[in-house]
Amino acid sequence: MAVTAERIALPIPGETGVWSWITTVDHKRIGLLYGMTAFFFFFVGGLEAYLVRLQLAQPNGTVLSASAYNQLFTMHGLTMVFLVVMPIAAAFTNYFLPILIGARDVAFPRLNAFSYWLFLFSGIMIYTSFFVGGAPDGAWVGYSPLATQLTEVVRMDYWAIGLNLLGVASIAASANFIATIFTMRAPGMTMLRMPVFVWMALVVAFLLIFSLPPVAIGLFQLFLDRNFGALFYQAAAGADPLLWQHLFWLFGHPEVYVLVLPAMGIVSEILPVFSRKPLFGYEFVVFSGAAIGFIGFGVWSHHMFTSGMGPVAEAGFGVATMIIALPTGVKIFNWIGTTWGGRLRFSTPMLFSVGFIAMFVIGGLSGVTHAVVPADTQQHDTYYVVAHFHYVLFGGAIFGYVAGVYYWFPKWTGRMLHEGWGKVHFWLMLIGFNLTFAPMHILGLNGMPRRTYRYADGLGWDAWNLVATIGATVIGVSFLVFLWNILWARKHGAVSGNDPWDGRTLEWTITSPPPAHNFDEVPVVHSLDDFWHRKYAEDEEGRLVEMAVVSGGTLVDTDGPDQGGHHEEHQQIHMPSPSYYPALAALGLVVTGYGLVYLSWGWVAVAVGGMIALWGLFGWSLEPITREAHS
Amino acid sequence: MSTHPVAGTLPPVVHVEGEHDIVHIRKTAMWVFLGSECLFFGSMIATFLLYRNATAGGPGADVFSVPFTSASSFILLMSSLTMVLAHNAFERHDSRQGRVWLAGTALLGSTFLAGQIFEFTEFVHEGLTISGSPFGSSFFMLTGFHGAHVAIGVMMLAAMFLLSLSGRLHHDRGLNVELVGLYWHFVDIVWIVIFTVVYLLQV
Repeated sequence: MAVTAERIALPIPGETGVWSWITTVDHKRIGLLYGMTAFFFFFVGGLEAYLVRLQLAQPNGTVLSASAYNQLFTMHGLTMVFLVVMPIAAAFTNYFLPILIGARDVAFPRLNAFSYWLFLFSGIMIYTSFFVGGAPDGAWVGYSPLATQLTEVVRMDYWAIGLNLLGVASIAASANFIATIFTMRAPGMTMLRMPVFVWMALVVAFLLIFSLPPVAIGLFQLFLDRNFGALFYQAAAGADPLLWQHLFWLFGHPEVYVLVLPAMGIVSEILPVFSRKPLFGYEFVVFSGAAIGFIGFGVWSHHMFTSGMGPVAEAGFGVATMIIALPTGVKIFNWIGTTWGGRLRFSTPMLFSVGFIAMFVIGGLSGVTHAVVPADTQQHDTYYVVAHFHYVLFGGAIFGYVAGVYYWFPKWTGRMLHEGWGKVHFWLMLIGFNLTFAPMHILGLNGMPRRTYRYADGLGWDAWNLVATIGATVIGVSFLVFLWNILWARKHGAVSGNDPWDGRTLEWTITSPPPAHNFDEVPVVHSLDDFWHRKYAEDEEGRLVEMAVVSGGTLVDTDGPDQGGHHEEHQQIHMPSPSYYPALAALGLVVTGYGLVYLSWGWVAVAVGGMIALWGLFGWSLEPITREAHS
Repeated sequence: MSTHPVAGTLPPVVHVEGEHDIVHIRKTAMWVFLGSECLFFGSMIATFLLYRNATAGGPGADVFSVPFTSASSFILLMSSLTMVLAHNAFERHDSRQGRVWLAGTALLGSTFLAGQIFEFTEFVHEGLTISGSPFGSSFFMLTGFHGAHVAIGVMMLAAMFLLSLSGRLHHDRGLNVELVGLYWHFVDIVWIVIFTVVYLLQV
């Protein structure tokens, strides 16, 4: 494995410079852009959470005003859901979905770029609200009539328009991923030979396609109420504000599976590699993921048990909520079965994966308690709920994505993250996470409400709140370790070679980082875990027998003298040309969005933005996809 | 680099042409998008059904003129026929006739829009407004968003017409007749549902 440092000096082979990143249509570069942007927003959202925790560290906190507190917890939720976890999932999906199914790019490379730029610009747009009168402050769920009041302040307009633009980006990305999976798989890559991560990406794409439109309509209605005097949520005029909750949670509950299923997919890739066993019950994991997708559309009203829907609806949604725990449980048993009797290696990705399973089980169990309607009405809007969803979305999703970063970092950069720092990161994060969120179960059951900026002395909440804030500090330190590890490893990490973990899937057959066209020759797939079966056979007693040529975890040499010969082979590969039109179209839409926020004089911006977007879309539509052959 | 079969035990890796059927890929994505649109209109129709009686004392379904809207609905449905004829003509590489049918489709669509604008003006005169009642809000939002879809369709038809004139209408990139046709038929079918739910079920 004699990969020299010079060979991996460039993060991605190809052109360099800012303009090349703005115009890129390479799914790997777009994936990295998604990842880096999401990582940045993660620190922003984390800082917001930390300020909230500082305010709550002691009774009668004085760190934040009530208004600042409202803005910060709203923006924390909005940021973590829409600007961190969804895009980090999009980062993994973008980078690895085409490679894992043996394709050279996604179905629509320029649409892919459009999704990224629209996400970035919308995120920036929402954050500019901090500098012009204040950020959204009606919680990320934006319940009406709270969100439709105070129409003279544009905060919730930023929220409504920003979320709708992010929704457009997500729908475009989802249609793109679905088309990619359905039409661009390599020969032999049947649906049931696809890695679980790809399956989960498919389920997530369908969830987004079908769940975003209801909330888009809700956001439009809210926007019309605020700016055009519409009466969708005005109870005085005979409207029913509960409609908002239904439209929102019809999106909001599938959304939590959108956030966590990709992490489940990543863990399902990591566990077999570090157990040196195939995934236990592959079909069960795949179909329970799909079942979660279906049932996920039938449980939304368990967020609304206190809204007085009546006993029939409450019983129905309570039972559905219990049922959705079944496919989730199937997955957990399959993961445990995967590790059972395996030859386990506790490298950092494996540690985070095991942490994911443990934390997710706790979050899942507290989730099932919400299915019991009488109990749920006691827990509603208390810190118990905050504890629950942080165990599934932080203990679950974030642990899974961090595992993915440690696992795939070598593929992105050609270098390994430092194992020692990685383990420090893991233990600090695990301890800090549990210190922060485990006490919230107790606080919630003792009646501490969410979304209140301070609490009185002597309610018995002081000690646990202090513990939670100390835990948040530990989490913060753990992510500084992570950041240091990444910055250090980019320059000084051990050179990884193609296949540092002795992997099973197609991404480990190509160089790290991969060439722009991914595969010199489109692979032909013969089985699930195809790469593994090219490396290992089994003897009569089921023991692994290494095939020839495998040494040091790599299948073939990466820098042999035949390097020049490859160029002749892939001269005919046509890769899409860079294009600035997707970024232009996204910019136009966001300018339109600004105009809509400031409607009184914003019609000019709406018109200008519309023209820019049309210019971008038509230019994009008319330019040739491939200007020249890639060589 | 690729996995060259260094030893005989490895399965052979053969070269396969990497060119995918781009027309098929784009149709797949369009169908996915239309699936999403179903929920988009479904949410608005659900809202309308919730508020169909919430007229706040103002005018309700009684302002609708079913004969007028039936006529404009018929015009919109006929545009699906001309859309099919346009697609068929381009399949036969008869661009001249294809353009005629494209223009016809755009014209029928525009006529429908003109009817809708006339209708909206009438309703506002009779006191049905977006800010008058939840019924009015949900009516104007639903039919307005549908009208916006028709308008975008007309713009795409016009764009295809102009592209075809300059010989730049290609089957495999940019706009193509089949994709716009799928979109157009969808918008027509949604109108059948809206017309039934909003206009016919009320009287």
